Amino acid sequence: MSRQSLSLLKNLRSIATGSKIQTRSVTYMPRPGDGKPRPVTLIPGDGVGPLVTNAVEQVMEAMHAPVYFEPFEVHGDMKSLPAGLLESIKKNKVCLKGGLKTPVGGGVSSLNVNLRKELDLFASLVNCFNLPGLASRHENVDIVVIRENTEGEYAGLEHEVVPGVVESLKVITKFCSERIAKYAFEYAYLNNRKKVTAVHKANIMKLADGLFLESCQEVAKKYPSIAYNEIIVDNCCMQLVARPEQFDVMVTPNLYGNLVANTAAGIAGGTGVMPGGNVGAEYAVFEQGASAGNVGKDTTEEQKNANPVALLLSSAMMLRHLQFPSFADRLETAVKRVISEGKCRTEDLGGNSTTQEVVDAVIANLD
Amino acid sequence: MTMAAFIARRLIGNRSSQILGTSSSSSGAFISVSRAFFSSTTPIKATLFPGDGIGPEIAESVKQVFTAADVNMDWDEQFVGTEVDPRTNSFLTWENLESVRKNKVGLKGPMATPIGKGHRSLNLTLRKELNLYANVRPCYSLPGYKTRYDDVDLITIRENTEGEYSGLEHQVVKGVVESLKIITRKASMRVAEYAFLYAKTHGRKKVSAIHKANIMQKTDGLFLQCCDEVAKKYPEIYYEKVVIDNCCMMLVKNPALFDVLVMPNLYGDIISDLCAGLVGGLGLTPSMNIGEDGIALAEAVHGSAPDIAGKNLANPTALLLSGVMMLRHLKLNKQAEQIHSAIINTIAEGKYRTADLGGTSTTTDFTKAICDHL
Repeated sequence: MSRQSLSLLKNLRSIATGSKIQTRSVTYMPRPGDGKPRPVTLIPGDGVGPLVTNAVEQVMEAMHAPVYFEPFEVHGDMKSLPAGLLESIKKNKVCLKGGLKTPVGGGVSSLNVNLRKELDLFASLVNCFNLPGLASRHENVDIVVIRENTEGEYAGLEHEVVPGVVESLKVITKFCSERIAKYAFEYAYLNNRKKVTAVHKANIMKLADGLFLESCQEVAKKYPSIAYNEIIVDNCCMQLVARPEQFDVMVTPNLYGNLVANTAAGIAGGTGVMPGGNVGAEYAVFEQGASAGNVGKDTTEEQKNANPVALLLSSAMMLRHLQFPSFADRLETAVKRVISEGKCRTEDLGGNSTTQEVVDAVIANLD
Repeated sequence: MTMAAFIARRLIGNRSSQILGTSSSSSGAFISVSRAFFSSTTPIKATLFPGDGIGPEIAESVKQVFTAADVNMDWDEQFVGTEVDPRTNSFLTWENLESVRKNKVGLKGPMATPIGKGHRSLNLTLRKELNLYANVRPCYSLPGYKTRYDDVDLITIRENTEGEYSGLEHQVVKGVVESLKIITRKASMRVAEYAFLYAKTHGRKKVSAIHKANIMQKTDGLFLQCCDEVAKKYPEIYYEKVVIDNCCMMLVKNPALFDVLVMPNLYGDIISDLCAGLVGGLGLTPSMNIGEDGIALAEAVHGSAPDIAGKNLANPTALLLSGVMMLRHLKLNKQAEQIHSAIINTIAEGKYRTADLGGTSTTTDFTKAICDHL
């Protein structure tokens, strides 16, 4: 009897969460040789980074996914990126990365930022959405934040004019604004999204944010099927916490995107479950979506209970990027099942599971 | 007594004990001491900018409630000019500004800056000319008015004069624009000192400095350094530093983690609006600007809502609560509490609410209900 109800449950579950796969009517037709394993550069990183990247390695291995990793030891306190890393990413085109610690006020620039600049990963993408079964304060959140990643407030141009007076330059260029706007609309177009919202503060920074808006408006004209609107960043954050369902794809300059993505991640269930990555014309680096530079608390590292869900979902994005769609679907489905079952959750989601327990549960739920 | 009103009263009880606890403070940095000794028979002179759109209606509501609560005010009503005043390069006239300088306190409704070039925005003119260096916004859940967050009780304090709002921008070459963010030791110390003093006098336990010093190491670094220095003088107040993106995430997940937040200009702008969103929007959140020489200008930070202007539909809560902040600043704690309770109870009771809060009451009905609750 119990066995019967168990199988019944399993059936129900697969209807509930796996229906997308079962109704797929068009098969992905690869080119001969597409099944050849692909190398992916791996940066375990600092803090909880190695824990969560290892989670991905385990799940990939359990799926027999056609990828293998080339690991590189990188730490946030290094003066520069280690030799061979950039070459590896340039060869492989794709990298998976844990967080790198950024020392505050130590005169060392953030390696997370350096990597984006060196590889010209101009777009950062974070998908913030409600996971079925995971309670949060808001429902119907499904927002993609696309953030300019190379200039703006992160230009790194600062100096002391006279003692006690410091200047920081925010640089906005037509070139970078245009390419991020193009990417945002292209993303919306390819993913059947209906609306792009540009986030700005052009009422105050009339020239800088004005240039950003102007670029978005020009690109918007080329996509008549996608709605376009603009919102001031402070109002945007207020709307996000009150009525997040109004947003779809958002395109932002550098700093605002950082704030908007974290706010959106917070309302949808936390940064521990939001996937994302950085992409440029040539390369892509996948990492935890929001708070990608976050290396976790010491206690999380000691107790080995960092949440691997964000990076697992980012890896699913990576698999799709590499054109392994059914591996991506399998991984995503397994993760979603574990979340909706609710038995195996890490501390940040109100559970008490370790990272390894979540990994084991995901592997057990693989189709 | 309905349950909601009961809870409301309990909450207010807690809050008022906090606020009343401040009256013994001898620090004069942000109170005009001379006013503390006014009896209720001496009228208190304060500037009132009714403002545009719904401004005059909600200002009228404040006047009525204050009168009903026996607050003896002598409102010095000021109206923005119809032409640009060359002395201020703004529609705000020199006389407007002089009124605030002279009275030291004021209350301001929403103002819409006329579109056009060659003059400064009204709010910017006020900030610069009166040196309004700190913007203070208490944000707390209103009992009985349900939002997704019912555990908010925090204060945002925003540096108001520099940072990203320096207005210094230029085109370097075609297609490349530079915008300057300026952080000075003077302005950072000033706002940090105000924040800690506020925390101490209002019985608050914690001050969080919000920054992005991992990226803007020198500018935000200087801001943090100033906060660090001031924090040392207040060992009884817990002090922490939070990176702005993490702060956004923590606020929307668990706003109860925060108490007093002190921030540079842009972050303060964003975070204070985000917090307003948590408790029901700008129509419910009061605000006060603190200037040098003890100037305090309380204001409603919402827009002038020209679409409903003159229709008796506007919600005067933000301006009323700002007025309450002004009374507290004047050390009229008894009247402040009385009016505050009346507003909270009226909203909690739910019988009289304006349309923005899901009710059908007019501005005058709502105002009358508050007067009846006094």
